[in-house]
Order: sequence, then C-alpha cells, then structure tokens
Amino acid sequence: MTDPVDLVSGAFTKGRPAFMPYFTLGYPDYERSLQIVQACAAAGADLMELGIPFSDPLADGPTIQHSTQVALANGMTVARCLTAVAELRARGVAIPLMLMGYYNPILAHGEARIAREAAAAGANGFIIPDLPPEEASTLEEHCQRGGLALAYLLAPTSTEARIKLVAQKASGFVYLVSLTGVTGARSELPSALSDFVARARRHVSHPLAVGFGISTLEQAQQVGGLADGVIVGSKLISVAGEANDPVKACGAFARQMVAALKDTDPH
Amino acid sequence: MNATTTLPGKFGAYGGQFVPEVLMPALAELERAYISARDESAFQGELQQLLITYVGRPTPLSLAARLTAHCGGARIYLKREDLAHSGAHKINNALGQALLARRMGKGRIVAETGAGQHGVATATACALLGLRCVVYMGTVDMARQAPNVARMQLLGAEVQVVESGSQTLKDAINEAIRDWVANVKDTHYLLGSALGPHPYPTMVRDFQATIGRETRGQIMAAEGALPETIIACVGGGSNAIGIFHEFIADESIELIGVEAAGAGITSGKHAARFADEDVGRPGVLHGCYTYVMQDADGQIALTHSVSAGLVYAAVGPEHTRLRELQRAFYTHATDNEALHAFQLLCEQEGIIPALESAHAVAEATKRAARMSPESVIIVNLSGRGDKDLDTVLGALREA
Repeated sequence: MTDPVDLVSGAFTKGRPAFMPYFTLGYPDYERSLQIVQACAAAGADLMELGIPFSDPLADGPTIQHSTQVALANGMTVARCLTAVAELRARGVAIPLMLMGYYNPILAHGEARIAREAAAAGANGFIIPDLPPEEASTLEEHCQRGGLALAYLLAPTSTEARIKLVAQKASGFVYLVSLTGVTGARSELPSALSDFVARARRHVSHPLAVGFGISTLEQAQQVGGLADGVIVGSKLISVAGEANDPVKACGAFARQMVAALKDTDPH
Repeated sequence: MNATTTLPGKFGAYGGQFVPEVLMPALAELERAYISARDESAFQGELQQLLITYVGRPTPLSLAARLTAHCGGARIYLKREDLAHSGAHKINNALGQALLARRMGKGRIVAETGAGQHGVATATACALLGLRCVVYMGTVDMARQAPNVARMQLLGAEVQVVESGSQTLKDAINEAIRDWVANVKDTHYLLGSALGPHPYPTMVRDFQATIGRETRGQIMAAEGALPETIIACVGGGSNAIGIFHEFIADESIELIGVEAAGAGITSGKHAARFADEDVGRPGVLHGCYTYVMQDADGQIALTHSVSAGLVYAAVGPEHTRLRELQRAFYTHATDNEALHAFQLLCEQEGIIPALESAHAVAEATKRAARMSPESVIIVNLSGRGDKDLDTVLGALREA
C-alpha cells in the first residue's frame, strides 16, 4: 500500500508543475462546492486544498473571507468538511485532498479526533496557516499516526534558520507564500520570488508549491517555471462567485490552468 | 548563566505564537529589540522621563471617601489612570512600544482600537515621536465612540474603517494583523493589550506594570499597609495585569478581575470568557492560546457589552494562567451594574469613569459593603468616561 504522504508528493511527478487549486468547502453552497472540486479534478488538477471555513481568517484577503462567511452562513462545520471529503472519495475523486484551515476549529474538534476522522474520510493531510512548526508537535504526532501530511508554510521573510526548520519537519510538500501579504489576486508577481524559491530549494528536498496572489495563466506559467506546484485560490473563488454556472466555470478555468502548465517546462 | 536572549513564550500552557509564517521573523525581531531596550538604561531613561513629563506619572491614588461612606465598609482607593495623558492607562504601553518601534527603525505604526482609548493613545505617542499612524476600528465602535475617532484624526492618525465580521475590536485586530503581514518590513504593530502572540503579552504587561509599582508606594504611604483587595476590569486585560503584576508575590492580597457580563450571563449576550462554560474555553485567537469565547465548532463567538473596550472574545494568556493557579479570581458585572457604578462615581466622587473601569467600580461597591472598615480595596480606574457620555445618556434615557 502506498503511504498517503507519498500520494501527496506523487502529485508533483507529472512532468509539469502541479496545479493545486484551493476552494472553500460550503461555498457557494455545500453541494456545489463538492461539484467544483470534482470539476477541477476532472479537469486535471493534481491536488486540491479544501478550505475549512473560519470566522476570523487573518491571513486571507476579502475574496476568501467572503467565501468563508458564506460557507459558515450555510451551516458549514468541521464535521461537514470531513463528510465532504468522504463524499468526494465516494464520487470517485482520486487526487490528493489536503484540508486547509485555521487552527482553532481544528483544536475545538480535537487534534487526535480530526486526524483520525480525516484519515478515515480519505483526506491526505492538513495545511494550517496559523500553526508554525514550533506549536505543531501534537498535531504532527497525530498526523504521523494517521498517515497524513502536515504541510508547513514558508514566507519571503523566513530566515535561513526557519527554512531549515521547515525543511527538517516537512511532509508532503512545502507551501511557499509568494508575498508578504494576505491571499488575493495581484496584478504582478513579486519580483523577489525566484530568489525566495531558490533560497528554499537550497534546504528543502520536498516539492515546493507557491501560492498567494496567482490569478492569471501567465502568472501560473511564470511560477511553474520556478516551483513544483502552483496554488490558485482567490481567483477560483472569484470565478465561482461571478459565474451563472459556477461548477462549469470553475471546471473550464481549471482546464485552462492545466493546459497552460503543460506548456511550462518544469524548473 | 548567559544573558537572556529569549523570554518565556508561555504562561503555563497559555500564550505562544500561532501566527502565519510571514510574521514569525517579525515577532523574533520584536522580542530581541524589546529585550535589548528593556535592559538598556538610555531607553528606560527616555521612557521614564516621558512618563513623568508628558504622561503626568505617577498618577494619584485617591481615597474615595464619599463612595466608601456610601458603601459602608472597606476603604476604597482609586488608582487614577483616568488622569494619565490621553485619558487612560493605554498611553503607558503605547509610548513604550512607539519608542521601541523608532528604535527598530520602523516609521509606520498600525494599531487596533475598540473603545478608541488605545487608538487615541497610539495616535498621541505617534504624534509625539513623529511616526505615521494607522488605526483600525470597527464601524460599530466608530458609531459609539465618535469623539475618540475625531481625536485620533486631530492627532494625525488615519482611521481605517473595518466593516468585516462583527465590526468591533476582534475584527479591527484581524485587519491590523493583515496590514502588518503586508507591510512588516517598515511597520510595527502596536498591539494595545496584553494578548496576541508572544512577546506582546509579556511586553505590554511590563509597560503597564508601572501602575502596580506606583500603587505599592502610594498605598504604603497612605495606609502603612498593603490592601486586602485589588480590582480591575478585564477586556484583553492590560490594565488588570498592569496593577496585579507587582502584587502577585504578595499572596495575601486578593486580585480580582471583572469581565463584562453584558445583558447577563444567561442571556448569552456578554463578553465574560471565564463565566460561561458553554462558550468560554481554551482556544486560539490572534496568535495566542488562552480562554476564547467560541461555539462548539471553534468559530469565534460574538461578544456584547455596553463598554466597547471590554468586547473581546479572548483574554490575555497570563490571566488564564493566574486563574488556573487560583492566584487571581475573575468575576463579572452587567451593563446595568456598570452604568449604576458610573453614575455613583460621578455623584459621590466627581469622577466620570470610563464604562470599562465602571465594571471594576461595580465589583468594589459589592465587596466593600461585606468588608470591615479597617480593610482596603484598590480599584484600578483605568480610564476616564468623556468618550462614553453618548452611550450612557442613551442608556439612561431607555432605562
């Protein structure tokens, strides 16, 4: 049997940069959020980050904030997010699924319990933007027990010592936050991105995925030229929010992204 | 032992640094800068000089003689932080951190405010030191604390409207953190209470501990003995920890924190994190593990109080630890009790207290009556109430 953590790393072995969309579970409603994940998977997404909504998402810009408020108003809970993962697996979604959310709902659910239930539901791991490795030892232990990845984040401000710390604790992949700021579309990529990726690469042997501020095909290709994976979140939420048929629109957007990345040479 | 390079990041299990990676280096930089400033006589000298010549410290400790007679029991003293420049204890911390920001070469300050007192204090300190100042404030709070919005603007601060979430203090902190994340290279986040990620709870406490140090000397001079009880209101908890800290080792002194019970604990409309087991339990908010008001699923609960400065879903981590150790005790006062105490202090002492501080006065009046006339209660009167007149007059009209 393949180690579930290896399945996450396996998303980065397609001979092109991996396309890794983020989508908030429960937005615009429960059923359509599942269909959007299915549509992205069918379009060739290599891994998906499924957002667990939180009332106070302090690393997120207005687009994702809005999606989480809508999801909470729709009655989304941690338990329903886990049900959603199981449902996606039942519907045949086979790509790695990482749950992404803030720490307090995870803590409230119980760290042992959520690791156990996430593994049982078929999730492959967690990304928790407000849980640095220094505070993560308990969850890390439960993730290891459940065969789940716990992907840490690095930022352009990360010192060499912190890059080494994350390199040593990494599982699945390392999430590089492209910029000093919150999530959301930007007109340009930060100029120092290639230096940042290179700094991380010197110490991290795991795949490097870059997120925050990536919205266009050109930006995705540029990032794909540097890193192993490209994360697109706010833009996908906007596509869903602006379309009459969010499922179809998100599927079409994901297909374009995958096609664009096929034309990108891996770094 | 070597010179300290890092401070303890937790109070027992509480505190810590639960923040996005982008801020971790900034917190480490802040901690280093704070330690070096704390241990340097030039920095301390400048801060002390400003506290004396600009803030007006030491603030008096006043015997509330008519209030004492009215309650008929323990002698009640008031530590008059309302007389500090800019109207509350908040200036002690704002000035300390603003000096630190200047020392770190950060010319831009962001801050959050609920009641507006911390925003005014920060705008004041920034004007004094020539720093750019941006204050985030929820629309709900801007409406009920309009005079403080005008004050901040007059002092040269840019007041940023926060329309997200509940549009109160918690959301203002979210936005201030988002700003800090985006501008961390040249910006210092001047957090206003003893909460948030390490080193803030320790640093803010240290800047506020001057309240307790002065109080010890003043009460010894007035009474020749230490008090039986010290009472302070607790939102984030900086005025409370500021007066408690000096007396933690004096175990005979009862330390009492007063949370906002809003419309009453059973109404569910309150901000008493320690009083309501249905919603208050350990969790993480704004980078800190402490008691947090939340629903069963870990979503942060909305808080209610007539006093904007006490409306916060989490409490400073050192208070959670002191409560666990049973070194401090936490109780609560309702909106009505605070309003009553507000009027009482106006009529009996000629002092218009902040509604926040009125919660502590309410608890003092309850306790004083049960205590002997030989005993002494000190209330930290953390701020003055000019900013609350509209709220109070409105509430009294409705009553």
